[in-house]
Amino acid sequence: MVWRAICKKKEERPKLQSYRNWDELSPIPISFPMDGSIGITGDWRTFRPIINEKECNNCGMCWLYCPEGVIQKNNNGSFEIDYRYCKGCGICAKECPTKNIEMKRESENHHDEPNKIDI
Amino acid sequence: MSQTKSTYDQSRETIILKGNEAAAYAAKSARVQVISAYPITPQTTVVEKLSEFVDSGLMPGTQYIRAESEHSVMAIIVGASIAGTRTFTATSGQGLFYMHEMVHWAAGTRLPIVTAIASRGTAPPWNIWADYSDVMSQRDTGWMISFASSHQEIYDEILMAYKVCEDYDILLPNFVAYGGFVLSHTSKPVIIEDQTAVDAYLPSLPDEKGWPHIFIDPERPMMHGNLIMPNDFYAEFRLKIHDAMIKAKEKIKHATKEFEKSFNRRYGNGLIEEYRTSDADVALLSYGELALQAEHAVDELREEGYKVGSIKLRYFRPFPVEEIIKIAKKVKVLGVFDRATAFGSPTGGPLSSEVKTALYNSEVKTLILPIVGGLGGREVSVKQQKEQLKILMKIKETGDFPKSLIHGTLWDGLLEVKK
Repeated sequence: MVWRAICKKKEERPKLQSYRNWDELSPIPISFPMDGSIGITGDWRTFRPIINEKECNNCGMCWLYCPEGVIQKNNNGSFEIDYRYCKGCGICAKECPTKNIEMKRESENHHDEPNKIDI
Repeated sequence: MSQTKSTYDQSRETIILKGNEAAAYAAKSARVQVISAYPITPQTTVVEKLSEFVDSGLMPGTQYIRAESEHSVMAIIVGASIAGTRTFTATSGQGLFYMHEMVHWAAGTRLPIVTAIASRGTAPPWNIWADYSDVMSQRDTGWMISFASSHQEIYDEILMAYKVCEDYDILLPNFVAYGGFVLSHTSKPVIIEDQTAVDAYLPSLPDEKGWPHIFIDPERPMMHGNLIMPNDFYAEFRLKIHDAMIKAKEKIKHATKEFEKSFNRRYGNGLIEEYRTSDADVALLSYGELALQAEHAVDELREEGYKVGSIKLRYFRPFPVEEIIKIAKKVKVLGVFDRATAFGSPTGGPLSSEVKTALYNSEVKTLILPIVGGLGGREVSVKQQKEQLKILMKIKETGDFPKSLIHGTLWDGLLEVKK
């Protein structure tokens, strides 16, 4: 059976499984760790967190608190938000000790924001 | 007090046991690894016995987890089963209803959990005596539902249930139901099988890899219970449960055959057990302890010259459609006795409604008499069952149903005020 491939070691397991019909499906819905198994969830966002990079002291609290793990640390020590998967919950802005993350309504355009990623 | 013995070793012996203790012994023989339970009458002594086994070292390595409610019990069992263990619990009536949400989680996660149900009446009004309405109410949860009719069958049925559930093509949980007090609290000799023989009969315990479809392993992380959008595979996963349930029929027959080979006890074809039906004109179909008692009624009527038979339903889910059709082809009138209610259903009894459905497309012209009785533990005597069979004979002769039917069903043994 196709679904038994999931029993294999992490390395041997197929990255993605494909099914032709219901019979080939695994008995239950499961997902493996991968980027956005349910799709580009960034489009659920109403408010966009924007880091004020000039004032940010790179303490990493936002990275620590982000429930979705979409804040990444760059090589230069700064932090960047992956807007493809950020749902805009606002926890990073709430937790930022220097209050340098601003939540902006998505309808307001962010042409000048340097860390915007088109989704 | 506690014995110091610390081993699973059990040689074949016959012990006088209560039905609930037979269930506990079955869990021990099956080497279940995690038990969680909350006491409720009449199931309590199952978990009392199991806690005694665990405490006295007779089930080394088995985790006994106390919980604050039946809902938590099934949540614990679901978690333990996901981790790749053989699990067991037991409950009754209101406890089962409180467990209901997690009952769906067990089936939806396709976990091979076996749960003993000492069936009792549904409150209100409070009732703690034999009545299968509790387990019947779990009909559409995706659990297999089977009935035991004797103390020995409780022990045997739980072992067979593990064999069916843990088959990789099935992976569904199973309720093993038996009548509260009439079986749970009465004593009979029960053969407890040799541990090596049970080990050989059952599939081996899940190893550290767990079940094939779900596991907890840091090397192979996975998420389950995911949200599925309407256009994704939700319907397909529902279909897979139904498909596994239908496939389980063959597995049940196989497990029963294997059981007979290993332990020399026979339970029909697994799904149903027929008694003197080969030349019978009429037959009574029932389940649980009253189905076994009906065999005595059949014997007595046979001596009087009546050609009657009885059939014991062992599995309600999956439902043995083919077997029911075969029986209906043999007999002219079939009485279907329910010790349970299905309010507002075509017949008022869950099994009789199912039997009528099963026969609809079969071209069988057998007359079906739905009977409801024994509710809330009310006694159904052999004499009463003989009367039921005689009513069936009369229907066979006249072709007419008795006038005493209420909404098309014979409500047997209703009280009448004596003047």
